[in-house]
Amino acid sequence: MTWNRESKLNGFLVLLGVMAAWELAARAALFNPLLFPPMSKIVGSFFALLFSGEIPAQMLSSMRRAATGYFLAAIVFIPLGILMGLFNGVYRALEIVIESARPIPPPVIVPLAMLFFGLGDGMKVFTIFFSCAWPILLNTIDGVRNIDRVLLHTARTFGLSQGKTIASVIVPAASPQVMTGLRISLAITLILVVISEMVGSSDGIGYFILDAQRRLKVDRMYAGMLSLALLGYLLNQLFVLFSSRFLSWHRGMRAAR
Amino acid sequence: MNSRPINVAGLAVFAALLLLWELSSRSSPNLGAYLPPPSDALRSLFRFAVARELFSHLVDTLGRFLLGYVIAAALAVGLGIVLGYFRFAHSLCDVLIELLRPMPSVAIIPVAILLLGIGNTMMVAVTVYACAWPILLNTIDGVRNIDRTLIDTGRTFGLGRWKILRTIALPAAAPYVATGLRISLPIALILVTTSEMVVGGSGLGYFILDQERSFRITEMYAGIVVVALLGYVLNRIFVALEERMTVWHRGSTLRGRP
Amino acid sequence: MNQPAPILQVEGLSKRYRQAGGESTLAIEDISFTVEQGEFVSLVGPSGCGKTTLLMCVAGLIAPSAGRVAVKGAEVDGPPGNLVLVFQEYNKSLFAWRTVLGNVLFGVAAKDGRAGDAEAKARRLIGLVGLEGFERHYPWELSGGMQQRVAIARALAYEPEVLLMDEPFGSVDAMTRLELEDGLLQLWKELRTTILFVTHDIEEAIYLSDRVYVLGRRPSRVVEQVTVRLARPRNQMTTRADADFMKLRNEIYRRAADQSAK
Repeated sequence: MTWNRESKLNGFLVLLGVMAAWELAARAALFNPLLFPPMSKIVGSFFALLFSGEIPAQMLSSMRRAATGYFLAAIVFIPLGILMGLFNGVYRALEIVIESARPIPPPVIVPLAMLFFGLGDGMKVFTIFFSCAWPILLNTIDGVRNIDRVLLHTARTFGLSQGKTIASVIVPAASPQVMTGLRISLAITLILVVISEMVGSSDGIGYFILDAQRRLKVDRMYAGMLSLALLGYLLNQLFVLFSSRFLSWHRGMRAAR
Repeated sequence: MNSRPINVAGLAVFAALLLLWELSSRSSPNLGAYLPPPSDALRSLFRFAVARELFSHLVDTLGRFLLGYVIAAALAVGLGIVLGYFRFAHSLCDVLIELLRPMPSVAIIPVAILLLGIGNTMMVAVTVYACAWPILLNTIDGVRNIDRTLIDTGRTFGLGRWKILRTIALPAAAPYVATGLRISLPIALILVTTSEMVVGGSGLGYFILDQERSFRITEMYAGIVVVALLGYVLNRIFVALEERMTVWHRGSTLRGRP
Repeated sequence: MNQPAPILQVEGLSKRYRQAGGESTLAIEDISFTVEQGEFVSLVGPSGCGKTTLLMCVAGLIAPSAGRVAVKGAEVDGPPGNLVLVFQEYNKSLFAWRTVLGNVLFGVAAKDGRAGDAEAKARRLIGLVGLEGFERHYPWELSGGMQQRVAIARALAYEPEVLLMDEPFGSVDAMTRLELEDGLLQLWKELRTTILFVTHDIEEAIYLSDRVYVLGRRPSRVVEQVTVRLARPRNQMTTRADADFMKLRNEIYRRAADQSAK
């Protein structure tokens, strides 16, 4: 059997190698055992926390707020983006307001949100809502503006009303780009959830990781990070699953090019 | 910049909103505590003591940002080219990459605190980590997506492997690399401000949080304005540089109205 | 004499475009012609002479700078409900997110959203354009010629009284073009729609039409009107070899060449 230089197996072997090296190095106390507990201990903690329900509980409370903020942002900013993409007047009117708010780095919104909403869920929802706004809005605007003129002429020659044009032509044509915006916002949501929990919270996965670090429970900390990576992966897969139902035509089209 | 008419409507809307803010916060002291009049925030910006304090925090933040971004760019572009070009190397790393990718970079902050303490090194390090990802992935993408035809063109002209890399592959991948660099610009700022908030000490992120905690609201808003301005200026500089280095073309879309 | 009014009347149509920097170009100037009900009329002219602009004005998609267009006596001000335009760029006009059937159904629904037999109508048209069996395919899965046929089926699903076609076969290869020409003639014979066809291909114009209007260079005007008295049904081999065909072709070519030399 010839060894395929580019097989996926290489990557897995490397991963196993890294994990094995970590384990050995930790056991030999090459590095500060406080900072680098053996891989086996980390994995052990991970499963223990997973099955005890502690990590799932934290993730659930993180996700609850995230979801609210995310969907609210979608409901508000997709229609707004369509309006701004279609009507240059609306775009110009709001352009300066948006361009002023956009450069604010999302983490900085957290203290602002804390001011208005204290340390509760409202703070998180607001932070995520504000941060998701820009990718969703700008990608939607872009998606609408990138619609070819011929497509719009086609709708007009078939006598479509403005409303019908938006529903049957503009929304489907812009949907790939809208999905991009939603995907980017998903990543941002996760980031902001973690940030808001690290800065001003007493639960959630972000707080869990920081708290573990403060109490020097390093294996818990790594376990938390691992579960966060898992959560990110799962959310991404869910998103792909969801969007492929709407965008199968687009994927086929791009593959054919 | 090209000759675009001044956006009167936009300015009007913006001014109207500011005016609404100003009036409502002055008329209601309750509201005014949380949403102080913009004129107050502006005035505090210019008060010397505040300005001096803000300036030093700005310098701290900017320094960490620049260091983190530049180091990330240098490392990630280099690594990205290697991984994009040499499929063997990429196959070694791809599982590792796919494993680490979904984890939000901010989660690395606690680890970084443990390993590097709570100083500038830690903040620069997490910034480098976070920025590296988009740059790396986009660079790999760009190098891998180079049209086979372009490479073959180089080969048919007798160019050696390194020459092809330098004169054909890199320029062809440049737009992708630029995209990665553009995406990581705000990410750098996010990581710097976040680590400043988590760890404290100095920097605009710390300043804003600290003002909020001390209920010095006007100063907090002043800080937010400064950090927004910083983000805006950095973005403009980047766009200007990018425009000079790459050529874009626009098709028949709503952008190119007749 | 009691003759029904022409279904399409174009009088003194002009269109001027403003450029950035204050300049303006005159794309078409003082164009007038008529089309009778059931006719197949072609407009032929060199590339870039403003044929698309002209058609867009007739279709009510852009407003002319001067002149008027009337469909069945009613002045055109916005897209008229009994007329539809088929674009040259079928890949940009077809709805990528809908199947072949979906695209044609769109045409049916645009005319009458509540038609009970919408699917039957759509399938019939898909059969008429020779795409039976491809109903569930997406446009990108089809060849260029097939895609244009979908666009034509979709337009016909709208049951227009006047069908405008903007160089519809310009983006397909030569062999497919001949097939499409014959297919179109077949459709025209069955459905008795009035067709206004724009092309830069002189032979195509003669082959398809009852009458041909020749347009000059930009700013174009009608420089010639030619009646094609060749027998129908037309045949790709015999009609094109006919002596009269050659005569017409030479005459139009000379006229068009005159214009180009000016």
